[in-house]
Amino acid sequence: MAEPATNDIGIEIRNLYKIFGSNPAAVAPLVRQGISKTELRDKHGHVLGLRDINISMPAGGIQVIMGLSGSGKSTLIRHINRLIDPTMGEILVGGEDVVKMDRLSLRQFRRHKTAMVFQKFALLPHRSVLENTVYGLEVQGVPRAKQLESARHWIDRVGLSGFENSYPNQLSGGMQQRVGLARALTNDAPIMLMDEAYSALDPLIRTDMQTVLLDLQKEIRKTIVFITHDLDEALRLGDRIAILRDGEVVQQGTSQDIVLRPADDYIANFVKEVNRGRVVQVDAVMQPVAPGHQPVGEPVRTGSTVDVAMARLAKEPDQVLTVVCEEGRPLGTLTLAAVARAMVSDEH
Amino acid sequence: MDWFWKFPHMNDDSLRNLKKTIDDGFREFTRAWGGGIEAFFDPLRRLLIFVERLLLNTPWPLVLVVIAAIAWFASRRLSIVIGTVITLLLIGYFDMWEDTMRTVSMILVCTAVAIAVGLPVGIMMARSNKLQSIINPILDVMQTMPSFVYLIPVVMLLGIGRVPGVLAVVIYAIPPMIRLTNLGIRLVDRDVLEAADAFGSSSWQKLRNVQIPLALPTIMAGINQTIMMALAMVVIASMIGVQGLGQPVLRAINNQYFTLGLFNGLAIVGIAIIFDRISQAYGRRLQKHLEAVHG
Ligand SMILES: Nc1ncnc2c1ncn2[C@@H]1O[C@H](COP(=O)(O)OP(=O)(O)OP(=O)(O)O)[C@@H](O)[C@H]1O
Ligand SMILES: [Mg+2]
Repeated sequence: MAEPATNDIGIEIRNLYKIFGSNPAAVAPLVRQGISKTELRDKHGHVLGLRDINISMPAGGIQVIMGLSGSGKSTLIRHINRLIDPTMGEILVGGEDVVKMDRLSLRQFRRHKTAMVFQKFALLPHRSVLENTVYGLEVQGVPRAKQLESARHWIDRVGLSGFENSYPNQLSGGMQQRVGLARALTNDAPIMLMDEAYSALDPLIRTDMQTVLLDLQKEIRKTIVFITHDLDEALRLGDRIAILRDGEVVQQGTSQDIVLRPADDYIANFVKEVNRGRVVQVDAVMQPVAPGHQPVGEPVRTGSTVDVAMARLAKEPDQVLTVVCEEGRPLGTLTLAAVARAMVSDEH
Repeated sequence: MDWFWKFPHMNDDSLRNLKKTIDDGFREFTRAWGGGIEAFFDPLRRLLIFVERLLLNTPWPLVLVVIAAIAWFASRRLSIVIGTVITLLLIGYFDMWEDTMRTVSMILVCTAVAIAVGLPVGIMMARSNKLQSIINPILDVMQTMPSFVYLIPVVMLLGIGRVPGVLAVVIYAIPPMIRLTNLGIRLVDRDVLEAADAFGSSSWQKLRNVQIPLALPTIMAGINQTIMMALAMVVIASMIGVQGLGQPVLRAINNQYFTLGLFNGLAIVGIAIIFDRISQAYGRRLQKHLEAVHG
């Protein structure tokens, strides 16, 4: 299989608005002026889906969109392959505006540029695992032999070898979603859209599937948009995270940004429950190297989580750890007190 | 107060004139178009004759074996095959083989026509709410209008014989085919349809890969009902010259031959049960993969 080692199709969402209702254009000015979601619904009979969304998703990274139920996550992700038409705004995928595509080019775009994984799997119940997996290529009109070769490859990669001829209903939820994943991967598109792909799975299987995705992503380097309402999942998977509330982006940034500098109480509330030790990196809590500091013991690398530093310090509480860059130059120092402080949120 | 006790109706002359005008108009239409319409239905007539000859000219043991084989491949149940064979043997033993073959050929052709027309109509209906609101009342009329009433124009147009018989039967039997196709397609899981869209399926690909396969069990139920209703029309169709089990029944009514009526009636019931069991078992087999193993 020839994998695209890198991929240069990023996604740029600009000033995107979506209003549900009979006459969105009529209430659009009100929405631009900032009318609240409740007022729009009660006084004007329209539902605010999305308001002024601006997100730039770099090629080859995992962009997580997070938010509570009804915050507009599904609405947003469905704009990227235009399963939903926007009221206003631009969606540039690899520089091309999806909103401006006609029916045929949109269909080509969906066939070749995107693949999607669904919360409820959405497999074809009358088709076997193998026949489900080839679906994208079948629609594209790829020769049958190639369909099968590619499908078998990905079925194997997601760990479903031996189940090619099973029907979806004979599989557990986790296995069904592996089929969903294999189907999307077989499509060999640069963009993968995952709408709460793991939300229906048990916690253990979920962690398992996250690992599968992270391992695969190291080689496939797709531009992945991953939706979740679970912060732990978001922090584990997301290179970048955007948080939605009532159809608006309330904060976006790296997991560090979100955990260390929550933009408001809403996010702080989410972040409170997170296991910070596994998210916060030593870089965020180290002190500058004091002049004349003599490194002792084994240093920790930049980018390590404070968990790693804590494990080291727990053995020798009085030690001052040195943080070093990739080349081994010292960047900063860590004391037990500083690390311990980083592991609890401000609330406690 | 006369109008209060007696409904004030249109005066007799106008009413008579109205009916006469419509009748004359239709007769005119028949004269002008009858030939063309007959020519249009000629392929249907030839198909009917072909199927009937095929069933009648094939030696009966062969027909029996073929029907038993069909029963087996459709249902994979030995009990159904045995039941089918015994029923057919009894029918033959009581000297109703030929009439039964005529009726079976008629039902086969009527069902084929009902599927050929009903499936596309049902599909179009599922795609447009407007079309649904137009077709639904038409189907209601087709199902409630006494069949004798639409036999009249059909006979005026096409005379007496097989083709008008098929038309009458199809008009009566096609509504469930259309309704259940429509229903089945409308009930297809929206998530699966969305997935098909997300992978860039054209509407034909969606229809072929998703909608029809997922609606198939419902469509099969429609076909089953259509067959049953077609069989129910056999006796009425025999009044306009359709040969088969209906004619002896008709004769029995006119002459009060109780046993003749009973035997032929039972033969109709027998093949109805055969058709029903086979098509239902086939429908169930289509759904095998849906049997949940995991909740
Ligand atoms: N077709 C529609 N018509 C009207 N309102 C809609 C429609 N689709 C979504 N909405 C509304 O838009 C808002 C966002 O819905 P959306 O499905 O995107 O939320 P979500 O974040 O995906 O939630 P969940 O976690 O429950 O999936 C909700 O208030 C919803 O009621
Ligand atoms: Mg959703």
